[in-house]
Amino acid sequence: MIRPDKSLLYYPRMPATWWLRKWSYFLFIVREFSSLFIAAYLVLFLVQLYQLGNGAAAYSTFTNSLKSPGWIVFHAVVLVFAVYHSVTWFYTTSIVIPLRIGGKEIPRAAFTAINIAAWIAVSAVVFGLYLLQ
Amino acid sequence: MMGEALPNKKSIEPLWWGLFSAGGVVAAFLVPIHIVLLGLAVPLGWISDAPDIFGHWFVKVYLFVFIAMPLYHWAHRFYFTLSDIGLKSFRKPISFLTYGGAMMGTVITAWILLRL
Repeated sequence: MIRPDKSLLYYPRMPATWWLRKWSYFLFIVREFSSLFIAAYLVLFLVQLYQLGNGAAAYSTFTNSLKSPGWIVFHAVVLVFAVYHSVTWFYTTSIVIPLRIGGKEIPRAAFTAINIAAWIAVSAVVFGLYLLQ
Repeated sequence: MMGEALPNKKSIEPLWWGLFSAGGVVAAFLVPIHIVLLGLAVPLGWISDAPDIFGHWFVKVYLFVFIAMPLYHWAHRFYFTLSDIGLKSFRKPISFLTYGGAMMGTVITAWILLRL
């Protein structure tokens, strides 16, 4: 394989604020940043599990602090990002992995709807198992 | 033709893409209900806390996948996002922080779950 001479190639230069120019660009960056909020939530959840390993007293001190308005707002904000990730992920899946039934591709909207229905079902199962345990 | 020969070496990029997708699926299906349950419903007193559930080995396996996979999703996505918003010249340290962070997170997750 031959790599062309770099000096002959065109490299477009983008200003760092390109994503503020259009609503769709902005939504793209919001979608990308949803992964950061989800990761931050998971780290917080890891701390909760770590405190559980430290004993009942440490655990209840930690879970009591989660009742503060600041953490409630944090979780509400992360939930918005997480739901945005879910919906955009299901839509993207319908484009990347088109579902075919009998050789015919089913419409993207229908595939997205099937994914969202599966998501609601999975959520209900997790919710039910947590309540029943 | 001017240019240089590309070394014919195998890339591990497909691995990162695979982990990115797996993490995206796990996050999409499971993260919202976890936030609703443990981040909102329990702290607000709508339902009672049930930490004993985290002690079961099959719940630990579930939690390992639930936590570790989306970390790789974050790593891959964030790596490219930071490049997109103008930090392209810092790709090396960024890849170290993101992919390295996810790998470290995986080890820490396993350690925290095993000591429960």
